[in-house]
Amino acid sequence: MSDISKKDLTEIVSLIKKKEIKSEEVTNSFIKNINNDIKLNSFITNCSDLALEKAKNFDKNPNLETLLPGIPIAIKDLFCTEGVRTTAGSKMLENFIPNYESTITKNLWNEGAFLLGKLNCDEYAMGSSNETSYFGNVMNPIAENTVPGGSSGGSASALTADLTPTTIGTDTGGSIRQPASFTGTVGLKPTYGLCSRWGIVAFASSLDQAGPMTKTVQDCALMLEAMASFDEKDSTSINKKKENYSKKLTDNIKGLKIGIPKEYRVDGMPKEIDQLWEKGKKILKESGAEIIDISLPNTKYALPTYYIVAPAEASSNLARYDGVKYGYRSSKGNNLIEMYENTRSEGFGDEVKRRILIGTYVLSSGYYDAYYIKAQKVRQLIKNDFDQSFKKVDAILTPSTPSAAFKIGEKKDDPISMYLNDIFTVPVNLAGLPAISIPAGTDSKNYPLGLQLIGKPLDEQKLLNIAFAAEKKINFTQTLDRWWEK
Amino acid sequence: MSIDKDKIKHISKLARISVEEKKIDGLAKDLSSIFKFIEQLNELNTDKVEPLSSILNTSLRLRKDEVNDGKIRDKILKNSPQKNEEFFVVPKVIE
Repeated sequence: MSDISKKDLTEIVSLIKKKEIKSEEVTNSFIKNINNDIKLNSFITNCSDLALEKAKNFDKNPNLETLLPGIPIAIKDLFCTEGVRTTAGSKMLENFIPNYESTITKNLWNEGAFLLGKLNCDEYAMGSSNETSYFGNVMNPIAENTVPGGSSGGSASALTADLTPTTIGTDTGGSIRQPASFTGTVGLKPTYGLCSRWGIVAFASSLDQAGPMTKTVQDCALMLEAMASFDEKDSTSINKKKENYSKKLTDNIKGLKIGIPKEYRVDGMPKEIDQLWEKGKKILKESGAEIIDISLPNTKYALPTYYIVAPAEASSNLARYDGVKYGYRSSKGNNLIEMYENTRSEGFGDEVKRRILIGTYVLSSGYYDAYYIKAQKVRQLIKNDFDQSFKKVDAILTPSTPSAAFKIGEKKDDPISMYLNDIFTVPVNLAGLPAISIPAGTDSKNYPLGLQLIGKPLDEQKLLNIAFAAEKKINFTQTLDRWWEK
Repeated sequence: MSIDKDKIKHISKLARISVEEKKIDGLAKDLSSIFKFIEQLNELNTDKVEPLSSILNTSLRLRKDEVNDGKIRDKILKNSPQKNEEFFVVPKVIE
């Protein structure tokens, strides 16, 4: 059989269900790629041995009635996995071995999948280039010394290089969609509350949401189906019945209304991004959708709002890392307070510390109203903008990112220019909406560029359908020379 | 607002993160530029806007207050950087 690892998830599932291949063969094809990779650094923990054992067990008595029968999956190292260390890309959790399983991963394993490894990410998911990880930079398979985006950079890199058939990431301000765009893959951030947050290392709780990262829209629908569930253990989990996204997937989008927000045409946006956006409009029109100009007037305030809300929540979430119950502890300090201060200084990296300090400041006495309450008010305005627009349209089309992937080190010293990467993705998190990035073209260097579709809350099916229709017409392909192999 | 050295020292104390003296200037510069960026929000009049408290239009669920796991002391203690039998150990806090 031709190289299994190059096939998409849906095809592999179908071959296993038809008993044309065994889980062990599938698993070995990915392990071979993982072992040949010496440059990407997309894995923090390799679970090949464990995966092979699971695959063999599956083949002995295969249950083919599940969504992901015998499928090995490597996941972002932000999901707690019982008995397998979970680092969040931080020195603080370098040796942390959870004694429980996150709901999302448990859902995947219940559908017949098993763990292939834990993937690199920005430290505590704080970053847009995977350069803040304690475990080192990750490279983008599209070109050497190029970032894969972040924070789910290891996930995007491993998926693109065929080191895993599918993966999952988390998205607080663009951390699934931006790396998907940078690597020519598909990434979906679901509606806030659709996928359980239980067992995910917390960054900003009112924004964090887990989602699938896949090679195709069909795969994305299948993965979302497996991941989404109501969870008692997550107080913001939405109680709704399970959907069959993959079965209901259709490219018939006739009559749907697609909004084009004029505020997303930002100053200095490269011509190729604009052309890509035009191409997206044209394709959806050809598929029978109606294109409507809309306005989201408070768009420019989304990023400043995000840089108050997210650090504020991060500073309180990360207060738990005190060197007492788990995680790193400094050996320096003459008393309890000094132990705390040294532990947090040595255990956290620069970007995480920067955000904790911002968050601490905006929540501190005398500044809370001026910053935090102000941001929550603007957040309401941003949400209102979307609510108004969704009275007129079914979905919104925008570019995913203001540029293609950049070089490692290029933006590292300028936090604002790094933050600007998320200018098109952040508003979605602030409003709790679902959004998907699909590969749609390339820039002058032949680096992939993505288009983003934003939907109404819990309208993932329609979003997937539109993405599916667009994907068919765009017919994006990329050939990689596998420079990262020995 | 510009963030000076004293402010960095104050915030880092609140956040329980010790900051090396040589890194304070760089942090003050970074945070100043970030706050300048954030303060674009002041252009907006939000006097009549209610702050958003939840993006879900529902109130938080309540659950029964009952034990549903427990008896996992040893598992929990396994991840502790320093322990003594069934206790977490911290530097001495009382003389």
